[in-house]
Amino acid sequence: MLANYGYVDGTGDYFIVIDTDKCDACEECLRVCPERVFEVAPDAYGKRVARVRDEVVTKVSYVCPGPRGCYASIDTNCQRVCQPGAIAHTWGVAAAVVEEE
Amino acid sequence: MPYFAGIDIGSRGAKGCIIEDGKIVSYFIGDTGPESVKTAWYTFEGTAKPVGLEVKDMTYVVATGYGRVLVPFANENISEISCHAKGAQYCLPSVRTILDMGGQDCKAINVNEKGVVTKFIMNDKCAGGTGRFLEVIASVLGLTIEQIGPVALTSTEKFPFNTVCAVFAKSEALTLLKKGTPKADILAGLHDAIATRCHNLLKRVNIEKDFTITGGISKNTGMVAKMKEKLGLEPVLMEPDPQIAGALGAAVFARERWLAKQGQPPQ
Repeated sequence: MLANYGYVDGTGDYFIVIDTDKCDACEECLRVCPERVFEVAPDAYGKRVARVRDEVVTKVSYVCPGPRGCYASIDTNCQRVCQPGAIAHTWGVAAAVVEEE
Repeated sequence: MPYFAGIDIGSRGAKGCIIEDGKIVSYFIGDTGPESVKTAWYTFEGTAKPVGLEVKDMTYVVATGYGRVLVPFANENISEISCHAKGAQYCLPSVRTILDMGGQDCKAINVNEKGVVTKFIMNDKCAGGTGRFLEVIASVLGLTIEQIGPVALTSTEKFPFNTVCAVFAKSEALTLLKKGTPKADILAGLHDAIATRCHNLLKRVNIEKDFTITGGISKNTGMVAKMKEKLGLEPVLMEPDPQIAGALGAAVFARERWLAKQGQPPQ
C-alpha cells in the first residue's frame, strides 16, 4: 500500500509517502527523526508498518522540513536510513524520487 | 446465525450497519453529536432496535471513523480508509477507485480485488470542498443540503470560483447574490471548484475503472455529474446507500476478524 500522509495547501504538496509493502518495521526512521514524525503500528491487515503519527499529519510541512532541510545530517535522515527504500517526501529532495517512479 | 456490527462515527454523520450471513440486516444514518459515547450508543440503537437486536446479540463489533476510539461496545477499531475500501469493494466487487467525500475530509483510495487498499491519499487539513462546506453554502443561499445538487444541474452558465475556502467562498457567494447572479450558477461554479479539487486528489492515486463515490456528498446529483464530467468515467454508486460504505466495511471486517479468531480462513 502506498500511504500518503499530508495535504495540499496554497504553497504546494506536502505528503510523506510510505510504501507499506516495502516497510519491514525496523524502526530506523523512528530512531533518526528529530521531530518524531513516525510511529510503527499494525495496519488494518495486521502487518506492523511505519506510519506518520496522527498529530503530525495535518501539520507535516511545519514539523518536517523535508529531507534536504532536515536537522539530521543528509546521511542520517529517514529516507537514507530506510534500507528497503519505503519512505519518500513529495517536497524537498524527494520530489525527483517520486517522479522517477 | 452470528451478527456482526460496524459503527462509523464520522465528523458529521454517524452510521451503523449490521450484517448476518454476508447480508445487510439493517443500517442507520444519523448526525454526530458533541458527545461521542452517546452518539455511538444512539447509532447502535438506531441500527439494531428496528430489527429487534441488542448489543449482546452481536458476535463482534468494529468501530471506525473519527470517533472510533470512543465506541464503548466495540471489540476493535480500524481506520476509516481500510473500512471504506472494504465496504465499497464488498458491494461492488469490480471497484478499483474510490472517492470518499465526507463531512470534513476527502479521500481517494485504490483497492484491489481482495478489498485491500493499495494506495490512498486523504485531505483532512481543510474543510474547503467538503460536506460541511456545502452545508454552509446551502444556508447562505437559503436552500437545504438536498436541494443544492438538483439546483446546480439547472445552471446554464456556471460562475467561475477561484477558491474552495469555506470562508472566502461564502463571502463571494453573498456578494454574487446581492448582484442578482442566479443561485444555480453560483452552485454550479462551486460544484465545479470542488470537483477540480477532488480530481487533483484522485490524480495522486490511479484512476481506474470501476470508479465509485461514497460518503454523504455522493447523494448530491450535481456533484456526481460534475465528477463524471471531470474524469470522463461514469461513477457506479453502491446500493443500498453510498453513505454506509465505512460502516458496512467495518461490519465485514468484524466478521473476518471473528473468523480469524476461530481459526477459520476468511471467505
